[in-house]
This record gives sequence, structure tokens and C-alpha cells, in this order.
Amino acid sequence: MHEFLQQVFSGLAAGSVYASVALALVMIYRSTDLVNFAQGEMAMFSTYIAWTLVNAGLPFWGAFALTLAVSFAGGMLIERVIIRPVENAPVLAAVIVTIGLLLIVNSVAGWIYTYTVQDFPSPFPDRPLLHALITTRDLGVIAVTLIMLVLLFLFFRYTSTGLAMRAAAQNPTSARLCGIRVGHMLAIGWGLAAAIGATAGIMVAPVLFLDPNMMSGVLLYAFAGALLGGITSPVGAVVGGLIVGVTENLVGTYLIASQLKLTVALALIILVLVFKPNGLFGTAIVRRV
Amino acid sequence: MDKSSAAIARTPLGTERFGFATAGTGRWAFAILAIVIAAALPFALSKYHVFELTLVMIYAIAVLGLNILTGYNGQISLGHGGFFAAGAYTAAILMHRYGVPYWATLPAAGFVGFVLGVLFGLPALRFEGPYLALVTLAMALATPQLLKYFDTWTGGQQGINLVKPVPPAGLGLNQDRWLYLIALVALLLAIRVAANMLNGRTGRAWVAIRDHPIAAAAMGIDTARYKTLAFGTSTLFTAVAGALSAIAIGYVSPESYSLFLSISFLVGAAVGGISTIGGAIVGGFFIQFVPNFANDISDAAPWAIYGLAMLVCMYTMPHGVVGSIKPWLARLAQWTGAHRKRKDGGNSP
Repeated sequence: MHEFLQQVFSGLAAGSVYASVALALVMIYRSTDLVNFAQGEMAMFSTYIAWTLVNAGLPFWGAFALTLAVSFAGGMLIERVIIRPVENAPVLAAVIVTIGLLLIVNSVAGWIYTYTVQDFPSPFPDRPLLHALITTRDLGVIAVTLIMLVLLFLFFRYTSTGLAMRAAAQNPTSARLCGIRVGHMLAIGWGLAAAIGATAGIMVAPVLFLDPNMMSGVLLYAFAGALLGGITSPVGAVVGGLIVGVTENLVGTYLIASQLKLTVALALIILVLVFKPNGLFGTAIVRRV
Repeated sequence: MDKSSAAIARTPLGTERFGFATAGTGRWAFAILAIVIAAALPFALSKYHVFELTLVMIYAIAVLGLNILTGYNGQISLGHGGFFAAGAYTAAILMHRYGVPYWATLPAAGFVGFVLGVLFGLPALRFEGPYLALVTLAMALATPQLLKYFDTWTGGQQGINLVKPVPPAGLGLNQDRWLYLIALVALLLAIRVAANMLNGRTGRAWVAIRDHPIAAAAMGIDTARYKTLAFGTSTLFTAVAGALSAIAIGYVSPESYSLFLSISFLVGAAVGGISTIGGAIVGGFFIQFVPNFANDISDAAPWAIYGLAMLVCMYTMPHGVVGSIKPWLARLAQWTGAHRKRKDGGNSP
């Protein structure tokens, strides 16, 4: 029982990282109807930026804040420059563009930082708590994710920019008629997604170690989480991400060898889509003829 | 969803023919000329170039399979590398463990591909657009893991080494030319089969489902059956291509079938022109040669160059190379046709 609970808690820590990336995916999907295949690589690149800043002697949280700001700007820039031209292009063209972005970011990261695996510092000490049920590091990761979620919730609920962003995502035409600059809102959405991804990357890097291919597994689990929660629902993305994290840990401990981790994610995604295609919190899409 | 499926390709039904000029005899003459040139080509090139072109044709078959699914039926797959691997490993295991001759592995690989495709296509009925892309992405990532895990069959990390086929004595062909000709015949067969299916009842049903699933169902098309059939047919082509690649390269290993291979197929299909048959050949060239060009331009970050090439293609030609030049070709054909009529005094039927 004790070991079981331990696995659940470390699953929650991993799950909160998946939840963050899933949330970033959902944000982009809701506003632009795009699945951003480059989300993981963008997060990885942000993590490298943080690593550079920490190595340059900045205190951890200073580097963290600076990285979020840079990622936000970078995300906006990517939307404006790379995504904008295919906004109204066929879906396949948009998919190809985000995949192209994935390759470019991955390759540039490998070029600048090499493919050597790097150590990444954790801001939290690694001490057992509560009869070794959970480590302080896992608790820290969960706490950071929760703080980020609360901030996002407050932003979308109580600020006028948040309201405008929700309007632009829900009904771009009406929003534009109300004087909301929809294009700007989309760019901010991408910026936020990039910053959320950066947080996830920085939180997961001490565990996974930093290399250009660090996020491919995380991205897959985040997709599974987003689908489980319902790809249109931010709350669903978080809950889905947590469930996926715990499931992954338990399955990995008790059922299947860890070489098949990605296969577990595949099975999970298929099961969700077969039995609950709209996810736990998603709304069914009704089509008119 | 309507927006997306209709937008994948907007070619109207009637013009979805070969991708070459549409005039009857002219088209045949052109096709025969192209085949003769293609068959003569290996005798004029070096061994290495012949091998490269063999791979181009093999990739073209795989891309053609993906075109059927994505271009004509509107289902995006990022996992065709997995089916390619299934074909390659079917061929490799049959040849290595059971001593089956290489030519006999092709139908077996096609059969395995078809069955796997239908099995995968059944749950895929529930997914649309980006969802299917996600599921197939997961499949592409899981493929190398699965290949390593079942190592008693697949040889695990080491893979399987194969003996390359010996050309029949008396023809005076070397090994590379023989492989080239096998690939050429396979490609021509694949194009013929695909064209027949796509220009007939099945193809019309696929396109109708792609353009408007509800209207298609209302007209009495069994959408579930045709979508599953599209998946099976598509993966059959890709698996046969995989088997050919295993035979041509003489080696299979899990790392050759990474996510990147699946991405390449989709990129090849999109760049060549999804929902065109000629586009598959352009796609084959893109997959084989653009990574090399990218390497020549920048040793340090070749994939960044490759990604940039993808972006540029999609910005300038969102319907792919063949999809973009097809209207021009049609106009040219019309113009030459009109020209000929005028010369005949306007009496030709």
C-alpha cells in the first residue's frame, strides 16, 4: 500500500507536467483549431534558455522568470511569422507547418547546444516527506503547476484581455465586430502557450535530464491527457494530464516493462478515443448538414 | 470539420485523372515515352544513382498509399512509417527465418499491411482530422519500441541482415539494375491499380466521403466500409513499399522506422500534391534527395534546412507541386487540343 501511494504521488508530479503541456495544446487548439506538434520542442528550447541563464550565474527563479518572458515573446513571434500564412490554408498544410517547426527547433537546439545530455538544476531539495510518501521535489513541481493554473484562471476570468481572448476563440467574427483585435489575441494565446510549455520543460528537466529530444515522450502523454480531458476543455486538460501521469506510473511499476512506455500512451489514446471520443469534460461537436 | 476535410484538396471530381495532360492518345504516348525513358535510365547511370532512384520509386509507392488515404479520403496519417516497417519486417522475417524467395514476400507483406490497416482503420472511424493525426503520431513513436521489444522475431536492436536478390542469369543485368527494374514494375503496377480504383466507383465514394461525409452517407455510401477500405488499401501499398525497401537495402533495424520516416511520407505527399497520383513521384524525390541537399547546405543543422524547405513549399504551394501545376497543364492540354482541332478544319469529333 505504501509503495502504491508513493507511485501515485510521483505519478501526480509527472502528471502535472503533462497537464501543463496539455493545457498549452488546448489553448492553441481552442483559439486556432490547430494541433501544435511543435509544442514539446518549443518547451525544450525554452528549457535550454533557462539552462544558459542559470549557467551564466543568474539565481534560479530569476532565470525562470526571464525564460518565461522570452518564451512568451518567442511564442508570439512564431504565431505572427510562421503560423499566420497558413491560417486559412488546408488543415494538412497547417499540420505540415507545425511539423516543420518541430524539425527546425529540434535541429537548431542540437546545433547550438549539441545532443549531449545535460544536468539541469532543481530549485527544490530532494528530501522525503510524510514517511517517504512524497519527495519535496515532487511536491514543488505540483505546487508550481497549481500556482500557474490559478494565475491562468484569474487571468481569463478577471482581466479584460482574458475576456477578449475568450471571445476571440469562441467567435472570431463577432469578437472582431466588437473591436477586439483577434490577430493580437491569437498571438497572445501562442505566447501564453509557449510560457506554459517553458514552465513544464523547466520542471521536468531535472528528472529527465536536458537534451534536444527530451520532450517527445512528454508531448505524447500530454496529447493523451488533452484527449482524455476533452481537447476543448482547459480543466479537462489538467485533470486528464494528472490521470495520465498516475496511470503511466502505475502501469510502468506493476504491469509492463518501461521499454514500452510510448506504447502504453498509444493504447491509452486509442482507448479514450474509442470509448469516450469527446473526453471527460469536452463538449460533443454537433454538425449541421 | 467540414472546412478541413473539404479543404484538403479542392480538385473537382472530373479532373482528378492522371495528373498529366488529359487528352486521350496524347496521354498514352506521354506515358509510354516516360516508361521507356524510366526503363532505359539505369543503363546510363552509375550504380549509386541507380540505387538512389530505386529508393525514390519505393518511396513513391509508399507516398501513393498515403495519398489514397489522406488525399482522396481525407484521413491524415502520421503513422505510415509503422506500416512501412510492418511490410519490411514481414519480408525480412520470411526471407531470413523461412527462406522464402524475395518476390514471394511482396504479396505476403501486402496482405499483412492490408489486415493491419483494416484493424487500425476500424477505431480510426471514430477520429477525424487532428485526432487521427494524433493517434497515428503515437503509433509512429511506438513502432521502434515495439520492434525492439519483440526481439525473438525482429532481432531487436541489431535488426536482420538479408541477402540481396541475385538477378536471373542470362539477362546480363547487375544487381542494382535488377532491383531498379523490380521497383519500376512495382511502381507502374501500383499507379495502374490506384488509378483504376480512384477513377472508378470506389474512388468516387472516397472523394465523396472526404468532401462531405453526411451527404455521402445520405446518398447511400457505406462510409464506415469505404473508410476502412481506404485505410487497408493505403497500408497495403505502403507495406509493399516497405518490403521492397527491405529487399533493396538488404537490412532492417528498428531505428530506420522512427517517427521521422512517417513525417517524411506525409511531407512527401503534401509537397508532391496530395490527391494527385503524379505527386507521389515528386514526393519520392523529395524524401530521397532533399535531406542530402539539406546536408550539403548545412552540416550542423540539416533538419532545420529540411524544415524550412517544408515551410516554403507549404507557403508557396499549399496544394503541392503537382496540385499547383495541374490547372496549368489542363489549360495547356485544352490549348493544344483546340489548336489541333483548328488544323483539322474543326471536323474532328
